[in-house]
Amino acid sequence: MYAFNEGGAIPVVDPTTADGVFTLLWLVVALPLAGAAILLIGGRRTDRWGHLLGTALPIGSFVISLVLFISLLGRGDDERQVMQHLYTWIEVGHLNVGMDLLYDQLSALFLLLITGVGSLIHIYSIGYMAHDPRRRRFFGYLNLFVAAMLVLVLSENYLGLFLGWEGVGLASYLLIGFWQHKPTAAAAAKKAFVLNRVGDMGLSLAIMMFFVLFGSTSFHVISEAAGNASEKQMTILGLLLLLGACGKSAQFPLQAWLMDAMEGPTPVSALIHAATMVTAGVYLIVRSNFVFDRAPDARTVVLVVALISLFWGAWIGCAKDDIKKSLAGSTMSQIGYMMTAAGLGVAGYPFAIFHLLTHGFFKADLFLSAGSVMHGMNDDVDMRHYGLLRKAMPVTFLTFTMGYLAIIGFPGFSGFWSKDGIIETALSQNILVGVLAALGAGVTGFYMTRMMLMTFFTDKRWEKDVHPHESPTVMTGPLVVLAALAVFGGLLILNDWIVDWLSPVTGTAPHESPPIPALAISAIVFVLVLAGAAVAWLVVGRQAVPRTAPTQVSWVTRAGREEVYGNVINDTLVVDPGRHLTAGVLATDRYVVDGALTGGPVAIGAVAGVARRAQNGFVRSYALSLLGGALIVALALLAVNLA
Amino acid sequence: MNITAYIVLSGILFTIGCVGVLTRRNAIVVFMCVELMLNASNLALVAFSRQHGNLDGQVAAFFVMVVAAAEVVVGLAIIMTIFRTRRSASVDDASLLKY
Repeated sequence: MYAFNEGGAIPVVDPTTADGVFTLLWLVVALPLAGAAILLIGGRRTDRWGHLLGTALPIGSFVISLVLFISLLGRGDDERQVMQHLYTWIEVGHLNVGMDLLYDQLSALFLLLITGVGSLIHIYSIGYMAHDPRRRRFFGYLNLFVAAMLVLVLSENYLGLFLGWEGVGLASYLLIGFWQHKPTAAAAAKKAFVLNRVGDMGLSLAIMMFFVLFGSTSFHVISEAAGNASEKQMTILGLLLLLGACGKSAQFPLQAWLMDAMEGPTPVSALIHAATMVTAGVYLIVRSNFVFDRAPDARTVVLVVALISLFWGAWIGCAKDDIKKSLAGSTMSQIGYMMTAAGLGVAGYPFAIFHLLTHGFFKADLFLSAGSVMHGMNDDVDMRHYGLLRKAMPVTFLTFTMGYLAIIGFPGFSGFWSKDGIIETALSQNILVGVLAALGAGVTGFYMTRMMLMTFFTDKRWEKDVHPHESPTVMTGPLVVLAALAVFGGLLILNDWIVDWLSPVTGTAPHESPPIPALAISAIVFVLVLAGAAVAWLVVGRQAVPRTAPTQVSWVTRAGREEVYGNVINDTLVVDPGRHLTAGVLATDRYVVDGALTGGPVAIGAVAGVARRAQNGFVRSYALSLLGGALIVALALLAVNLA
Repeated sequence: MNITAYIVLSGILFTIGCVGVLTRRNAIVVFMCVELMLNASNLALVAFSRQHGNLDGQVAAFFVMVVAAAEVVVGLAIIMTIFRTRRSASVDDASLLKY
């Protein structure tokens, strides 16, 4: 599909040993990890100040990340990969895995996103969870989440990455099911965990294959030796890694957990969707560029999965009345954009990361704003009970609007630059992918405008005893910062900065101009977005929105409300056969295995019960059987002798 | 000498003993029938011994007699004991040892 290995050599991870300020690298992970340990082990004693410590430590991590980033900026391009060896983790035979941290251009950006947006979400949570009796525990889990994600992006080998990967899975399980008294939340947590296991299987198989092929799991070793492997091996590796990425990033066909994950507290949703968790899949693919650059077929599969997810998520986002689930659908769709970019190869990687960063800003902004709305609406999530909130919550309205303009790609806002970058790259590589991505932008315009109108405009449809009010400053403060980032995040593309910055990690692509001028593409995409917004206005803005969801709707809406039957498909293909299988195994065990074990003795007992009647105590009957026996023996002897 | 007559007689005696053992209830009579069967076989042994012209059968008959004598001693003692405790010599009454 694409020219193999276009744009010159595939970059090799070749870090220098950390010195100077970079020896502080381990602290970035250690601080939130210590926070999690103190808060979770310390127990009730830490209740009073736990949330403050839990917030201060990620902020500390952010400050260190910032210092490290500035130091990295001061270095030359060839000195920007730094490795810190902490200790030897596993040493068995040929397997030698170090606890090594790799700080390069890619992980530097991730560090800033995770600790920066993560810290803002921590601050916001102080207000959001103020009345929860288990707030200290919540902050412990949040710190664990951040620490696991930092391990994921900082590790220098796949095994360390897997450690963080699983840590993220654990933390998300704990946080999605944080309100464990609700059965739906407990079920959602379990579902997220199980679906992630499916993806983890792919990743762990990939790691084993890396070890078999290259004798190591280190990025450094693998990227250097990757040229020796055949394209077929690389394709298999790519597909396995993609399976892992699909699980973590909620891409088709492992997307079903993302909607249910909305059962968790809203800051968790923001953290999962913006800074941690779902971005891990994109990171994995971009980090494994030395695999995907050599496996065009795997990249094609990535593109297919990405485009399906892009529209699948958008479809869900269009139909849901639950503001959080609608946003979750939009996340799936936006991650689809990132995966599309990653599937395009060298030219796309920087835009995947760029969109990941801007998405981190505006999606955190949108989710936290939605949380602020819910805070004022007695935790009601149904957008049909909202309306005209722009008067009651001016700050939240403003921040949500910034996020809204960013996600639909309004010119000048961060989402515009990143999404247009992806669409342009796609168009110059493959017209079909580009056209589909552009159409997706139009759908984004529709569902986000629908959300915007139903929440902040139209008529009041509030419940009787609801009195919407603006949230406290501790919540609006982070919102304002995130809104500013959502507006100005696009500056990263100034002068192609992010593309040049990442090129030592992801490779340099030859400049290919799209078939039509970039300005025209932007204009067309913007017209599509406006068209989507206009349709949304026709549907919910011009006419009154009913307070209960209408039931007489087209199959498109019905399918969207059912999450495009993702759960039905899973149930039919996996859950029900699995249930029948376990029932069958249980029945086999109970009736066949146990039956054989207990049935034999029972049968013998029954036969003996009949046979023992012969022992009747009468001597004469014994004598008769003796005679009978003797006769038989005699007849047998005669028969033998005469024959 | 015609051996057939002896063998037939031996068979008749054995059958009488056998039927007696199976049908009679009195332990003494059953016992006597057992002796009858033993002696029927002794008759056959001696007849065959005479027929073959060696002493093997007669030796065997002596052995049977010795065993029968010993058996009578033990058997009668048992019957005596049963009769003393139960006031009955019927073999059907002594049927406690069963399933």
